[in-house]
Amino acid sequence: MQIKIFRSETGTHKSYTLPEGEIPLLNALSYIKETQDASLTFSAGCRASVCGTCAVRVNGREVLACAYKVKPEDIIEPLQYHPVLRDLKVDKHKAKETLQKSTAWMHSAQEASLTHSDEKLSERQTDCILCDSCYSACPVYAVNPDFLGPFALTRAYRYSTDKRESKAKSIIDNIQSNGVWDCTLCGECTAVCPKGIDPKMDITMLRGLSVQEGYQDPSFATQSFGTPDFGGGGFGFDPNAGF
Amino acid sequence: MIDVLIIGSGGAGLTAALSAKNAGASVTVAGKAYPTNSQTSMAQGGMNAALGNVGEDHIRSHIADTIKSAKGLCDEAMVKQMCEEAPGTIAWLERLGVPFSRLDNGETGTQTIAQRQMGGASAKRACYAQDYTGLKILHTLYDTCLKEEINFLDEHYLLNLITEEGRVKGATFLEIRTGEVKQINAKSIVIATGGYGALYHGFTTNAYGSTGDGIAAVLRAGGAVSDMEFIQFHPTALKHSSILVSESARGEGGYLVNEKGERFVDELKPRDEVARAIFSQIQEGQRVFLDVRHLGEEKLMELLPQEVELCKLHEHVDPAKALIPIKPVAHYTMGGIEVDSMLEVNGIKGCFAVGECSNAKVHGANRLGGNSLLEITALGKLAGTNACKYTLDVSDTPADDTQRQKDAQEIETLLSQAEAVNFYPYRERLGNLFYHKVGIVRDNDHLHEAFAEVTAMQESQKEMGIADKSPANNQNLIEFLEFKNALLLAPAIITSAIERDESRGAHFKIGFESENEALKKHSIYHLGKEETCK
Repeated sequence: MQIKIFRSETGTHKSYTLPEGEIPLLNALSYIKETQDASLTFSAGCRASVCGTCAVRVNGREVLACAYKVKPEDIIEPLQYHPVLRDLKVDKHKAKETLQKSTAWMHSAQEASLTHSDEKLSERQTDCILCDSCYSACPVYAVNPDFLGPFALTRAYRYSTDKRESKAKSIIDNIQSNGVWDCTLCGECTAVCPKGIDPKMDITMLRGLSVQEGYQDPSFATQSFGTPDFGGGGFGFDPNAGF
Repeated sequence: MIDVLIIGSGGAGLTAALSAKNAGASVTVAGKAYPTNSQTSMAQGGMNAALGNVGEDHIRSHIADTIKSAKGLCDEAMVKQMCEEAPGTIAWLERLGVPFSRLDNGETGTQTIAQRQMGGASAKRACYAQDYTGLKILHTLYDTCLKEEINFLDEHYLLNLITEEGRVKGATFLEIRTGEVKQINAKSIVIATGGYGALYHGFTTNAYGSTGDGIAAVLRAGGAVSDMEFIQFHPTALKHSSILVSESARGEGGYLVNEKGERFVDELKPRDEVARAIFSQIQEGQRVFLDVRHLGEEKLMELLPQEVELCKLHEHVDPAKALIPIKPVAHYTMGGIEVDSMLEVNGIKGCFAVGECSNAKVHGANRLGGNSLLEITALGKLAGTNACKYTLDVSDTPADDTQRQKDAQEIETLLSQAEAVNFYPYRERLGNLFYHKVGIVRDNDHLHEAFAEVTAMQESQKEMGIADKSPANNQNLIEFLEFKNALLLAPAIITSAIERDESRGAHFKIGFESENEALKKHSIYHLGKEETCK
């Protein structure tokens, strides 16, 4: 079968021929590197969907190369919104910056009485492998490169709901700017997460926690609800009118 | 000049970094990938600590189980120290926010952490986070490193240590992104680069990167390695992909059956015994399966969600409904850099080693499940603190750049010379050779054959090279350097195995099926010197 892989040197997609049969994409990439073209560059680690190294895009969708079975005519490309270092290998340093800005860690630990259902509160969120798939799928990055992004926010949520965290407000304070309110809730992150995490829901929950801490949607404040004009009759609700 | 340079950014490296920083040192962590990509992410089953949360347990039982499994080859004081540190280490991880699985027992703090039984343990002692224990500990450590503003140098591939008069002065690295050979000067170094399981290419649960780079660098710098023949085979890896199915599957009540449906071994025996029992079934022509169907879908999804997914993906098997085909493959390397009780490398002052790359002699001839995550965290703290202490009376005169120039020259040669022979098929051949001739059951004839083949391979290595000539982001080059390290370590493993005419723990030799009291000692190996036992 034939697949096409993006090559950064030429900026084009190159065709490669693979033996017939069902194999994971990562095995296919290794096969090409070992037998056909040693310069094809990609990142890989555990082969078992847990180290987060091998995320790429196949036909425009983010997948882990070790967990995706190749199909004829597949088009393999690097993650979006990441500088391409070479072929399928991208720079993932943005991840560290956004995690740092989100202060997604334990701020001040206290002893708590945790139960099995408390464990469930953040079990899914802590399955995150930092593969960057959700970043690549997030359309907000097309317009706002400073957005904290899905996994940093999922991680912020995970720590802010931890009963052992006594200063959850510090985390909430740090995700207001380019954070929870900048998400469009399109759910692309949720759709591509290889670990079944739902960052969109986590961001929604963080908005709730933010409101509890006294924050409000900044775009709400700048929106105008005051002066609709229904043709000069003054029927619109205008909070400033007449007082 | 930085105080402490940590090489390797897995669980051991991150823990060492946090403790060195906490002790007041300036710290840099250099790793060949990103911190969360490390082998630690793959540890599934759990981390031992005698908390006694589920039934009775005692630190002395943890010590006794570990010593028993080590088959006379551990440092009992070191084992005692590690096991005693365990509850405190769990408490430390708890404060960092590790999301351990919980019990509903109305207690508080670490007393609510759930515990499961692993092979060779006399109690339910392994603290876990579903079957993602390593992943969740690793990511929590990373988050804490970001909080502590630890300085990371990602994609820095270790080339060589720099030493002067037996003291470490720094190390040279290939910065993978640029292709530049760099020198990093440091007062002390902690090597935390992981094991050498990837030598068994194609027959290991390990990530591609577990190629023993740090161990090879220590050998080249004149340090010693020890007990290299002790390689643990995990009983249950998926048959076709060698991907790990955690021991907790058996701990939770999974059975091993042959194709006749017969059980043939007590599944909770130590890994070496279970692996050999499976291997002998396979030699008799039987296929072997793991049966967890009786646990039911709900329990499987609760306890082993990762396994269920991997079985479906790689074996097309739903563990709730069908048997899982398995085979034993290389999983953990007990041997490594020879260190003293301070974790300082014997022969290189100021250089410490911790984790799977190091032989702190806590596992001896066979490691207990749940003790590797304990080792990297409990001893990682020790390594970081000791490295920091060492820097207090060390001069900060940097080394000259002789080593860097030599290494830069070597890389340049590799990039400029023609590739006569593709090394990738040799990497595969080495993996095959090791699995079949330096594997679960060994004999001297096959070991000698393996030695001859490795020697021949080292000879042909001179012809091998890389086809990709780009200096930047050259993964072909990195994989070749990793393969060279594997070929450097291969004779150490084989000669140690030849010398050990006995069976002990993970090392089992036909013709010498029992332990020999005279060989109850560590095998030591230096480059260019005869192997000696002491």
